[in-house]
Amino acid sequence: MPQNEIKNYHLNFGPQHPSAHGVLRLVVEMDGEQVERCDPHIGLLHRGTEKLMEYKTYHQSIPYFDRMDYMSPQNQEHGFVLAIEKLGNIEVPERGQYIRVLFSELGRIINHTFGISAMAMDVGGMTPFLWFFEERELLLEFFERVCGARMHLAYYRPGGVAFDLPDGMLEDIMAWADRFPQVMEDVGGLLTENRIFKQRCVDIGGISPEDALDWGFTGPCLRAAGVPWDLRKAQPYDVYDKMDFDVVVGSTGDCYDRYLVRMMEMTESLKIIKQCCEQMPGGAWKNETGKFASPKRSDMKNSMESLIHHFKAYTEGMKIPAGETYTCVEAPKGEFGVYLISDGTNMPYRCKVRAPAFAHLQGMDKITKGHMLADLVANLGSLDIVFGEVDR
Amino acid sequence: MVELWDVYIWPAAWIVIKILAIVVPLLVAVAYLTYAERKIIAMMHRRKGPNVVGPFGLLQPFADGLKLFLKETIIPTGANRGVFIIAPCLTFTLAMVAWAVIPFGEGMVLSDINVGLLYLMAISSLGVYGILMAGWASNSIYAFLGGLREAAQMVSYELAMGFIMVCVLLMAGSMNLTDIVMAQKDMWYVLPLFPLAVIFLICILAETARHPFDLPEGEAELVTGYNVEYSSMAFALFFLGEYANMIVMSGMLTTLFLGGWLPIMDVAPLNMIPGPVWFALKTSFVLFFFLWVRATFPRYRYDQVMRLGWKVFLPVTLAAVIIISGVLVATGNAPTIG
Repeated sequence: MPQNEIKNYHLNFGPQHPSAHGVLRLVVEMDGEQVERCDPHIGLLHRGTEKLMEYKTYHQSIPYFDRMDYMSPQNQEHGFVLAIEKLGNIEVPERGQYIRVLFSELGRIINHTFGISAMAMDVGGMTPFLWFFEERELLLEFFERVCGARMHLAYYRPGGVAFDLPDGMLEDIMAWADRFPQVMEDVGGLLTENRIFKQRCVDIGGISPEDALDWGFTGPCLRAAGVPWDLRKAQPYDVYDKMDFDVVVGSTGDCYDRYLVRMMEMTESLKIIKQCCEQMPGGAWKNETGKFASPKRSDMKNSMESLIHHFKAYTEGMKIPAGETYTCVEAPKGEFGVYLISDGTNMPYRCKVRAPAFAHLQGMDKITKGHMLADLVANLGSLDIVFGEVDR
Repeated sequence: MVELWDVYIWPAAWIVIKILAIVVPLLVAVAYLTYAERKIIAMMHRRKGPNVVGPFGLLQPFADGLKLFLKETIIPTGANRGVFIIAPCLTFTLAMVAWAVIPFGEGMVLSDINVGLLYLMAISSLGVYGILMAGWASNSIYAFLGGLREAAQMVSYELAMGFIMVCVLLMAGSMNLTDIVMAQKDMWYVLPLFPLAVIFLICILAETARHPFDLPEGEAELVTGYNVEYSSMAFALFFLGEYANMIVMSGMLTTLFLGGWLPIMDVAPLNMIPGPVWFALKTSFVLFFFLWVRATFPRYRYDQVMRLGWKVFLPVTLAAVIIISGVLVATGNAPTIG
């Protein structure tokens, strides 16, 4: 009698799935509860951002970067403005650099609070999500105070930032930074030593340092695997070289390490935030030559030059000398790179974005194979994927 | 004619009245358990919870019920219609009939049968059928996996529960729940059998598929598991069944370990309070634990649940049965036949 052939079955995970982190569609081949293969299908959120940017002036493209990884918008803007500055040799006043570093670190905390709480939600813990969102709300209020927008800031500019910090902002950020470790401790109390959380995360989705590098992992996912690679240390941009902070490194690269790395990175970010608040210099916050950033409103009323600069900036935009650059920043999710080609006009010839989550998602099959369906969800949560930047 | 009334109709009517006296408050309790769950978890999350419908949102459960009642029942094309419809009815009914043997107070029990414990065990075991049928009849992989998980989980934890019940049975020397409560007059069984009471508490979490054992409906993986294809009243019946089951299980724990309707101490102000109030208080206390756990813990993975059930609870409870019977025989307290 012929033996029955046992067939694996396919599970369509997403795109409408509560833990698909947006619009991910995973075609999962399963043997019972075990995942034999998982195949990410992407592109459901593709908006053609890179192409659109070729028809927009440099300034008009900045908001597109907010909409890539919408959990840490300012970090992507940071990458883009740094690329423009590099091509255009644009000077950034020190205050502008400090403000950018300060807000990039606030963005990192926002992103990690969301990443950790979404991961906790994926393994079934609901409370961290709500506790962290309260803090997130406070941070969004800081953003609102500084530029009027809560999520899509469009705050960074080539040559600095759009607006100066309002009065009392630094004190408020300091007060928040003093209070925040308590919340982290509360959430850590629910997760870090929680037996069930550890059972769900330890040794799940582990990856070796070599494999992590081969699969293009960056950021917390790479550091969790034990590779001390942080662009803020390796090739400091803005004033990161003046900051005193440590790079958090894990050992096994599993979900639990990724969680811990994120948790401890927030502590490091708090250090940087405090240093920024303490050392914040006075003076200009954006390049004042008028060629790259629009001039102050008050100057426009009194100076012919400024009026001309304003007119040029808002009609034609700035012209960037021909050339190409790959500039990357340490975004919360990993290396966010902008490959920018300028042909000397006011619009980029080509702007290719290297999104960290895209690289992490391709490692999904690698780290999930052989685990169970529930681990797939934990892995997905621990990679911290946002579809805005995967699909662009 | 008089005989017909006296022998058949009045007793039958009396039973119906008694059933209604149990079921109606029970349904209200289920409604307010959902409300309490949302409020208590909201407090733990530092948010407000339902507060719009009625004062403090007190009418929210009825608004939810009405909403579900007015929705259209959708039966998927690929589903097995008959089984699909029977499944929620079965779950709901079984959650209700278990109350027949649970005593609310001295003599306040619908059916004072001498195999009450066995009856409870049987009814709670049957509960798995509703979910298995729902998972199978929906013709959806998510529902199917949910149903399978639930079946495996309930069977595993029922074993441990069964052994714990045997321990209580040995101590009390009776399967009648009223007798078991009366046997706790001097000392609640939670004290001598403390480890077993804890295991029982965990088992009922697993048995009702609540956090951290809610993987049959594991929202993050299986969307909502076995009831993913259900809508409207069919879903509402599952929902009511789940919460009614929580109350049954809490009532069972109260009866077996927390002295049922007995007051904490048999002294003047405490023993003035009627038994059903004590019973309700103790049950609410256990239910609070259900909600507390839900706000605190992540979810177990399928194999971890199985490991806990088979490799930890089963040996421990089995050993407990042997140890307890040994101690009872040695001290001459073992129950005798007849």
